[in-house]
Order: sequence, then structure tokens, then C-alpha cells
Amino acid sequence: MCRDQKHGGAGMSAAAEIVFDHVTKRYAGRNAAALDDLSLEIPAGTFCVLVGPSGGGKTTALKMVNRLIPFDSGDIRIDGRSVRDLPVTELRRGIGYVIQQVGLFPHLTVGENISTVPRLLGWGRQQMGARTLELLDLVGLEPDDAKRYPAQLSGGQRQRVGLARALAADPPVLLMDEPFGALDPITRLRLQTELHRLHREVEKTVIFVTHDVDEAIQMGDRIAILREGGVLVQYDTPDAILAHPADEFVAKFVGEDRALRRLALRTLADVTLKPGSPSEPGDRVSKDTTIRNAVSLMLETRTEQVVVVDGETVLGVFRLDEAGEIL
Amino acid sequence: MSVLAGAPVVIPNFGQGSACVTGDHAFCWDWVSEHWGDTLQPALVQHIELTAIAVGIGFALAFPLALLAHRYRRIEHPVGVVSALLYTIPSLALFQLLVPFTGLTWTTVEIALVSYTLVILFPNIVTGLDGAPDDVLEAARGMGLTPMQVLTRVELPLAVPAIVGGLRIAVVSTVTIATIAAFLLPDGLGYPIFLALKEPTPFKTEIYAAGGLAVALAIGCDLLLQALRRALVPWASRGLA
Amino acid sequence: MLFDTANLHTFAAALRFIGDHPGFLAQKALEQLELSGAALGIALAVALPVGLALGHFHRGSGLAIAASIVGRGLPSLVLIAAFLTLLGIGFVNNMVALAVLGSGPILTNSYDSVERVDKDVVEAARGMGMTRPQILRRIELPLAIPLLFTGIRISAVTIVATAPIAAIAGGGGLGDVIVNQASYRLSGVLGASLCVMALSALVFVALAGLQIGVTPRGLRGTTVISDLPRKEQQ
Repeated sequence: MCRDQKHGGAGMSAAAEIVFDHVTKRYAGRNAAALDDLSLEIPAGTFCVLVGPSGGGKTTALKMVNRLIPFDSGDIRIDGRSVRDLPVTELRRGIGYVIQQVGLFPHLTVGENISTVPRLLGWGRQQMGARTLELLDLVGLEPDDAKRYPAQLSGGQRQRVGLARALAADPPVLLMDEPFGALDPITRLRLQTELHRLHREVEKTVIFVTHDVDEAIQMGDRIAILREGGVLVQYDTPDAILAHPADEFVAKFVGEDRALRRLALRTLADVTLKPGSPSEPGDRVSKDTTIRNAVSLMLETRTEQVVVVDGETVLGVFRLDEAGEIL
Repeated sequence: MSVLAGAPVVIPNFGQGSACVTGDHAFCWDWVSEHWGDTLQPALVQHIELTAIAVGIGFALAFPLALLAHRYRRIEHPVGVVSALLYTIPSLALFQLLVPFTGLTWTTVEIALVSYTLVILFPNIVTGLDGAPDDVLEAARGMGLTPMQVLTRVELPLAVPAIVGGLRIAVVSTVTIATIAAFLLPDGLGYPIFLALKEPTPFKTEIYAAGGLAVALAIGCDLLLQALRRALVPWASRGLA
Repeated sequence: MLFDTANLHTFAAALRFIGDHPGFLAQKALEQLELSGAALGIALAVALPVGLALGHFHRGSGLAIAASIVGRGLPSLVLIAAFLTLLGIGFVNNMVALAVLGSGPILTNSYDSVERVDKDVVEAARGMGMTRPQILRRIELPLAIPLLFTGIRISAVTIVATAPIAAIAGGGGLGDVIVNQASYRLSGVLGASLCVMALSALVFVALAGLQIGVTPRGLRGTTVISDLPRKEQQ
């Protein structure tokens, strides 16, 4: 298996490319296929989100990668090698898998849960201990948490453990099936942000399934929209999908406020600003403010421009009427 | 009128007893201390033996059966129905029905006791094995555990509380049913009671002493197994969610 | 060795015994049912209201647990012998002993059946303005029926099955034959044993049928046969 040259941070190894090649799945006794001729290429290190309405086959597609669901025809390849080539348990030990209800083993401590796959692979005790601490830190938990039991953790904490467990053996691929669906909005938002940051550090290939369009737009490098019957409708970056939805379905799905959402994807730091002196009128906003928030502020205060700063330094001015041009 | 004509008489005649005994008081400690060695203790030991053998064999049979039923669902229902019917058979009747086949031996008693134990343990073990939550099983499969590993590392450990719970009921039930063995054999704690009842005036002390021991044994085992269950299940006792 | 002709002969003899003495055995069976019925009646009268009340008020769980342990851990022989020393030989001492034996499952199950009714459901009922007796009658009792009846059934079967042992304390019934091999020979003992089996199976089936009949339609399919783990000793 030849690996892509990308190396992630945090002591993690390379990511892998995943290819769906005309994959089809039919269930007996049903007319419509669960997945109909799905072809998709996911470059190594990409955070790819599968999104769509229920029944769209996105979870089915995900579970075919680690062969929890078999596919009828076509192929799925990881780094050029078919998933059918390996014995299934070996395949799965090389793939991280995170589900919505987490599925932590209640009879094992957090630490033992995390080191499940390493233990299966025969790692030494020292190695597993060190790795557990490393992962706890990565997902934002305390070293002491290793000795606790799942029943003693909150929902958000459990999902963090689930993520750590999936990353334990350092797999090149991570599959996530609506992992934040069962959490309250505040925890969900926090975990989404952290996962996003984590992915920048770790750079594995991630396939992330969700039915929440906002989550998809926030997290994905690429988004694949699947409708009923597993039909791939559009596969592109979030910005491209928002700017040019492929059809009416996608347009409805991403929402009528897609222009505003596109503005949320960029910050003032990305924009060429008009030069301005410190004496210009207008509120001062950090360069990390999203364009959408800047627009919102200007509408609220009925002003026409804001002064963009980086700390104390004035970088320039941003005017309300420029917002439309960015689109 | 004794069923067991010719069985060795273990208790002394009233005529030779102390004042307490001849006076037929409610409870005579002197009799207890005097006959602990020849009556009560052997009976207790026999009773423990009877129970231990029955539970041991019963478990050895129930466990593989339960594993099979867990794997091949179809077995579960028929075995369940047979078990329920078996359990309605009164112990004394079951003992007697086995006598033509295996005589007045420990084997007879043990076959009956093992049957009852089996009937209690089988559903408990099956329920325990079925108890692993679906998401845990899915995560385990997805992580690459083989089916055997899922069984040994996830389903079995999670089944332990139910199994020990079943053992608890089985042990206590067996202790109580084993007293009936006295109708067939001069063994176990039922026998002193049985003999005492045969006397024209039932000898209270013997009844209370042997009966008390039997109850104490049953409750003792119950508490012991409760403690065992707590000890084996650290993840359940400290929960929050 | 096990199934040789001698054994088959014995069983044939047992069946012949039954055939030869139907009236006698029927009378004995009736005696046994009388004793059992009386004991069950007492057990119901005492344990049922207590269990239901405690369960409704969610109190006395310790008592319910103790009752279940006692119910399991008290050998019938011990009970019968003890009551014989207290109340003499005859009908009453055995009736009381069997009633004590049968109270355990009834108390435990009646407590559990009401106590475990989903608290949300009771809360909703209270929120709608039902009084306590109304809640008990219309909500808690109907929902409690499966578990409750299982307890009654276990108790009844236990009592009927234990009654033969009462024969050594003057309880009468089919046990009189079973413990008296000298008079009735092995064929008689076996015949009576078969009858006892049939009797308790009959009671089991009758009560199971009754339970299914009484269970509200929406709850059918829950615990009838399947809660073996709670069974008591005989």
C-alpha cells in the first residue's frame, strides 16, 4: 500500500485515499436501491461529509467502507487496495469507527476502552499507557479520567472518549456516523469546533455522516450530498455548493440563506481591505470576525463600515456594500 | 410408620435425655451442644455437599446450553417451555418418580436437584448474554473484534451480573429443596427434622436447630452471592448517568 | 439398565393403581386443593393489600426484599415442622404454614407490580386531576396485572406442590399416599406422585389462562412463562 506523502501532526501517521467505484447496494424485496452506482473520490487527508435526508444511503455508504454492510457490486478502495482484499477484522482494526451512541464498553474503564484496538494488535503495556495519555490530552480530557467508568461521564465526555478510542491505533481512515447527534446544542457546537481543530492537526481522511446541513458546512473540506436512493447529487467544497447548487433539491437543502452562509465561511482576514487611518469612523472589529458577523453588526448599528484591526494595529476598512462583491 | 424402616436412629431416646429434653421445653441448648457433632454438623455438611454438587453440575450444563441458545435463537423457546413445565413438578413427586430408575441414592436426589438448578440458571444466563446494548456490540464489531472476541470480551463480562444473580437464586432454592431429600435419604438437614416429626411427640429442639441451620445456610449463601455480585461489577455500583 | 422392563412394570403398576382407585385419589386430590385453597386465600388476604399499599406509596422496599429472600430461603419442611410444634397436628397448622410460604411471592410481586409502574404515567394521571384511589384503580392496577398475577400464580403452584409434604404433619391430601410406602407400595407412591404432578400442572395452566384473560389487551405478551428467575422453592 503506497501512502500519500502527507504526514499529520500530533504523532499521527499518514492518511489514505478512499475511492468509491460504482458501488451499488440493493435490499431484497425493495424496488429502489439503497445505493445506486455511487462513485466518489476522497483525497487523502480530506474531511469529507456525507449529508442528505434520512434514507439517503449515507450511513449505508459509510458502513460499507469497514464492511459492516456488504455491497453488491462495484468496489471501495483504500489507497488503491480493495476493502475486500483484507480479512474483515484486520480491515476494521485499521479504521477508526465512531457512532452516535458511542458504544463504550460499560465494564471497562475509559483507559481500557481507549486501548481496545492496541490490545488486539498486541501493543505493550507501556506503549498503550503512553498512547492513552496522549489521546486524552488530544480530545480534551484529563489524565485522571482514564480510571473512570463510562457511567460516570457526561454525554460529551463519552463522545470524546469514543473519538480517542477510534484514534488509538492510529488508523489512516476515520469513519464517523452522526457522532454528535445525541448531544445538546452547546456541547455539539463545542465538539464540532474541537474536531475541526483536531483535524487540522491530525489530517486523517475522515468520512463524516450527518443530516444537519449546518454541521456539514462548518466541518467539511468537501461535502457529498446524497438524496433518497443514495444518488450523489453534488460533491464539492462548501463554498462551491453554496454558490452554485446543482439543482433545486440542493438549493432547498442548503437553505435559502445560502448567500449569508457563504459569508460565514470567510473572515475579514481573507479580504483585501480598503486602506484606512486610525481616525476612520466605525466600530473596531478583529480580523478574525466572519464577514457575516461584520455585516450583521453594520446592519444592527446602521453604519456603513467597520475598521478592521489586528490587536492594536489598524489593517484597513471594510464597507457594507463590498459584502455583495465577495460573493 | 416410618418410610425408612431400618434407617439408623440418630437421636437418643427421650428417656435418656436431660431434664430439658424430657420436659419438652421449647429449645434445649444442652441437646444442641451435645449432639452437634453426631447429628447437626454431619447433616449440615451433607446439605452443603448436596447443594454444591447440584449447583455445580447444573451450571456446567446450563452454561453451554445458554451459549448455544444465544447463538441459535430457535433453541431458546422450546427449552424455556420445557423448563417451565419441569419446575411445576413438586420436588417430592419428582424424587419418587426417579426412584424406580436410580433407587434410593444420592444420584436420584441429585438428578432432581440438578434439573431445578438448570431450570433457574438457563434463562438467567441467556438473559445475561442478551443484555449487551446494541450500540456497544456495533462499536465492538466496527472496531474489528472477531465474533469470539465480542463474546468473551464484551458479552460475557456484561452477563456476569445476571449469571451471579441466577446462581444466587439457584443456590438458595437448592438449599431449601434439598431438605426434602430427607424423605428418601438419611442425609441433609431435612433428616433430623423428618425423624423428629416421626416421634409421637415431635422433638422441638431438633426441629428448630436443624431448621434454623437450613434457613441460616440459605440466607448466608444469599448474602454471600450478593456480595460476590457487587464485587464483580465495579462499573455498576458507581454510576452517575 | 435405566429403562429395563422392571421399571416399565413399576410404572405400569402405578398407572394401574390410579385406574383402580380413582375415587380415592380424587378425594385425596380434593383434600389437597382444599388445603391449598385455604392457604392461598389467607396469603392473598394478608399479603396482597400490604404489597399493593406499600408499592403504591413507594415505601417499605426493604420489607418486599426481605419477603422475597424469606420466600426463597425458607424450606417448606422447616415451616411445616415449626408450625406443627406450635399449632399441633391437623389442618390449621398446615394451612398457616403454607400460607406463610405462599405469602412471599405475593407480597414481593404485588409490591413490585405497583411500584414499577412508570412514574411518568402516574404523574400524567395526577396532572390530569385524578385522585389517588382513581389512579390506583384505573392506572396502576391494570398496568400491574401481569407481574401481580405472576406472583399469585407462583404462589398457588408453590402451595399446591408443597402440600404433599404437609402430609407428615397431618395435612392429608395426596401426600398421605406418597409418604406411606409401607401401606401403598411403590406403585401407590408413584401413582400419587403422578397425580400430584398433574394437579400442579393443572393449576399452573388454569392460572396462566386466567392471567391471560385478565391482562389488558395492550399488555398481552409480557411475562407469563418467561419470568422463571423469580420462582420460589417448593
